[in-house]
Amino acid sequence: MSTHNIEMTINGRRHTGAVEARVSLADFLRDGAGYTGVHLGCEHGVCGACTVIVDGRAVRSCLMLAVQADSSTITTVEGLAAPDGTLHTVQQTMMDEHGLQCGFCTPGIVMTMAALTAGGKKPTEAQLLGALSGHLCRCTGYQGIRRAAQRLTATDSREIRGGEE
Amino acid sequence: MSAPGNPPAQRTSATTDSEQQNGATKAAGITAGRYIGQRTPRKEDPRLLTGRGQFVDDISLPGMLHIAFARSPIARGAIVSINIEVARDVPGVHAIYTQEDLASFKVDMISFFLVSPDIKTTPLADGRVAYVGEPVAMVIADNRYIAEDAASLVEVEYAEEDPVVSIGDARTGPIVHPGTEDNIASQMGEEEIEEELAAALKSAPHLITHKVVHQRISQSPMETRGVVVTREGAQELTLYITCQSPHLVARWVSLALGLPQTAIRVIAKDVGGGFGLKNHPWKEETAVILAALLFDRPLKWIEDRYENLTASCQAREQEMVLQVAFDNDGRLLASHGDYSVNNGAFPQLSESNIAVHMFLWAAHKMPAYGFLTRGWYSNTPGYAAYRGPWGMETLIRETALDVAARRIGIDPIEIRRRNLLRLEDQPTESCMQVQLEDITPAECLDKLLANFDVAEFRTEQEAQRKEKRYLGLGIATYIEPTGGAGSIPTMTGELAQVRIEPTGKVTATMSTHSQGHGTATTMAQIFADRLGVSYEDVTVFEGDSSRGGFSPGAAGSRQGVIAGGAAIMAADLLAARVKQLAAHVMDVTPELITMDDGMLRVEGNAEKSRSLAEIANIAYGEPDRLPAGFESGLEAQYRYQPPPMTFSSAANACIVEVDAGTGFVKILRWISSEDCGTAINPSVVEGQISGGLAQAIGMVLMEKVGFDERGNPTAATYKDYHLPAISDIPDFEFLHASTPSQSVGGMRGVGEGGAIIGVPTLVNAIADALVPFGEVPVELPLTPTKLLSVIEGRDLGEKPAGEQPVIAASQPVRVEVTPAVITTDESTAARIDGDWNMALSTPMGAQEMTGHFETSGEALSGYLSSPEGQMAFTGTVTGNKLQFDLRVVKPMKITLKYNLEVNGDRIAGKCKMGIMGSMKVSGQRAP
Ligand code: FES
Ligand code: FES
Repeated sequence: MSTHNIEMTINGRRHTGAVEARVSLADFLRDGAGYTGVHLGCEHGVCGACTVIVDGRAVRSCLMLAVQADSSTITTVEGLAAPDGTLHTVQQTMMDEHGLQCGFCTPGIVMTMAALTAGGKKPTEAQLLGALSGHLCRCTGYQGIRRAAQRLTATDSREIRGGEE
Repeated sequence: MSAPGNPPAQRTSATTDSEQQNGATKAAGITAGRYIGQRTPRKEDPRLLTGRGQFVDDISLPGMLHIAFARSPIARGAIVSINIEVARDVPGVHAIYTQEDLASFKVDMISFFLVSPDIKTTPLADGRVAYVGEPVAMVIADNRYIAEDAASLVEVEYAEEDPVVSIGDARTGPIVHPGTEDNIASQMGEEEIEEELAAALKSAPHLITHKVVHQRISQSPMETRGVVVTREGAQELTLYITCQSPHLVARWVSLALGLPQTAIRVIAKDVGGGFGLKNHPWKEETAVILAALLFDRPLKWIEDRYENLTASCQAREQEMVLQVAFDNDGRLLASHGDYSVNNGAFPQLSESNIAVHMFLWAAHKMPAYGFLTRGWYSNTPGYAAYRGPWGMETLIRETALDVAARRIGIDPIEIRRRNLLRLEDQPTESCMQVQLEDITPAECLDKLLANFDVAEFRTEQEAQRKEKRYLGLGIATYIEPTGGAGSIPTMTGELAQVRIEPTGKVTATMSTHSQGHGTATTMAQIFADRLGVSYEDVTVFEGDSSRGGFSPGAAGSRQGVIAGGAAIMAADLLAARVKQLAAHVMDVTPELITMDDGMLRVEGNAEKSRSLAEIANIAYGEPDRLPAGFESGLEAQYRYQPPPMTFSSAANACIVEVDAGTGFVKILRWISSEDCGTAINPSVVEGQISGGLAQAIGMVLMEKVGFDERGNPTAATYKDYHLPAISDIPDFEFLHASTPSQSVGGMRGVGEGGAIIGVPTLVNAIADALVPFGEVPVELPLTPTKLLSVIEGRDLGEKPAGEQPVIAASQPVRVEVTPAVITTDESTAARIDGDWNMALSTPMGAQEMTGHFETSGEALSGYLSSPEGQMAFTGTVTGNKLQFDLRVVKPMKITLKYNLEVNGDRIAGKCKMGIMGSMKVSGQRAP
């Protein structure tokens, strides 16, 4: 099995590694770089738990090889909050709306929401919910996730129940 | 189109929080209610939202190696040979084990009830395989990639046999486990309907016979199973395992492996969902534990999704036929249920699901009920629990009531009102002797209907039908036994240990366990509330068997009820100590002390006050200032034993539109009206219900573990096993009633109900929508294809795997069952007298006993002895047949009627146990 030297910026820090060609980006992020917030729910691209932001786009890291991510800039869920610990808007909204239970699907959902709302973008509700339909959550019945998504969209006119009522 | 019933703008107003909170406050007897009943943010969220959770796959230990399993590609057959040589040579492989390597360990694969299995169950396949995916060998390697490479190179030769796949196969097909007499894993009830009941059914003005077929379900927690095992010294073992209770796993491993429990520590900080799959270790986890003992290196196995969907234990596959007799007014007269559940090859418990029958008519005025209930072995993955394992009772009752209402010509709501117990009818006892004191399904239904305009919906439904749009309304009610304690050895009370640290902050140690339940949040709310400190100043530690005392954690919707009660009691004990000390320090009587905001104040004397930290400092560090006899420190603990059972109740309604062109179901509206007593945190309560309802929607519309005729799984990825996505789940609206329960704090369990009541609610709505086309057979899932067959009036002719001709295996090998030797020319005494080792199959597993028989002509005498004691009897002998009665008083007063038959060295027959019906007895002559 051939080994490749790769280098990437993860959550603002430079990482280098030597990986076999077959190693997935997810496994490299978890085992090589220590970002265990990248969760693996299916390893075949359906559940979305492994979603990270690669060069600005939400990507399923189980479907990408580490070597394909050579020279890229990656954000995982560990890299979202401010250095002082202040939660990212997406994280805070998910918390306010009771958007998680076991938290296993959560990093992926948060990263998709973060990618779609990056730089103050306001996606429509349909856009955001459409993207979230590619994430599986077995715990919540999606109620809090949907409320959080609605609060993050351009047309947030609905009454929202929950934490900040 | 707007959702009918009432306008969507009013939807959110269905939640009546203030009402709910008042209920909670009253129930718990708390004047402040500062935290109990509030939607406080969750303690768990910050770490989980920032990727700092600790799930089992996040554990990495020095020197740790990785495991992959080589699994059976066939459903049934003998292992002819295993060749590991090629696999062993893969660089990076350290060892490969088969069952032969693990055989030196005596492992007892006990159930959740801690009972030994009825059939021999080993961690790896022992000479035969009994389902596709059964682990045959395990590879230990540097990493999972290499382990999987090598696992695929393990060469196994099999002599394949025709498998038993479905319940139908199990009834008529070959024997799954050689050496057993039939494929019945467990049986209770009567094979023939008793005369009186048969007559009542036959003579009734209306008799409905209603069949429900429930597909097999994968529990599918988003975090698959997994374990990291490390041996610490000669005796000690540390397990990181994704589970539902570290304490139960420690107890299970100790008993299953015969290790002292003091040597086992189980840690499970964060768990990505359990739903019944993760109660205790099973084949793979046990194999990893044994391998770690053998190989003496830390080992990790993380199940991948393919393994999880195809080889993990699964749930639900069941069939039931219910007969229900009504009078002309739609009042219940009598009923009979015949239930079967597929146990797979190695179930975590030989299950015939007696709870289905116990609770089927518990909330209804039903005069008479009889049943036959059976679990069947098959060549499929084993049975395990899934949220609301007995939920068939609600599904079949609620769908049968709708069928009956249509048949008799009364309103489905009216038929429920006429038969449901109301509060004023209680206390009472059900036809299956379930004691009922305060169930409120009828009241939940009232509340639901007060918030939903059925008449308006019916008008709109009528109008839409003319436009060829098919709307349907489904209604269901149910009760749920929660917080059960005392009837099963593992279903215990809960321990709460709480202290005020010298800093004045509160820490508590609990045996609760969250797989998303948020118990560190709800328990902290209780402590903060009862100790008058801020929520931020309370930390609850859980998830580690070295903390707290035994509890089964998340099982049977129990944590809010029992741990909540324990937390209240422990907090109150501690508060009393704090007040005693504060009163002593401030020289007043304890009754004058109030605790709030972390301050101790004297009523009527605003000048006098101390902070909790000051008092705590004195308690720990200044023994001279303590009252006489006051134990230093500020700590308390309490183990709460709740009432044996606490019931929750609910009524749900949903509205769907079925597209007559495509057969697709769109859920337009869903209202949950439930009574869970005191809600510690309404967001947590609604979260539990919502998750369960989503799982119900999955069961009704899309999820299915299927097999082909050779027993190969047909859903191996999430592309084939469809979990509901956000686009499949509507907004749920909530109405909370809050009738305090009899338990401390007034809580009622809420963990499983959504998954139970959601199923018939949705099925009924679909059936109501399709009334113009005829009845919808209740065969889950109700896929568009199935609904189109109703709409288009076609017989789909889709037969389950078992009804299709089975393609012969290349080399079928029949396992012959040795027929019992029947000798006829011996004397009665020689045939019967002496000692017999027998086992009674009960829902808790087989109960071993010894029988001693002495005959004298037709008279029989003797005794049965078991670990519980010895009981003498007299009876009769007719030929080879023995008959005797035993009167027992524990656990209830009941006469056990034994009917046994001796055939050579074997004895078999039945024991009839009152309303519980008959249970199988089998055994052989003692050596
Ligand atoms: S783990 Fe990548 S999509 Fe499921
Ligand atoms: S919160 Fe558990 S899977 Fe989403």
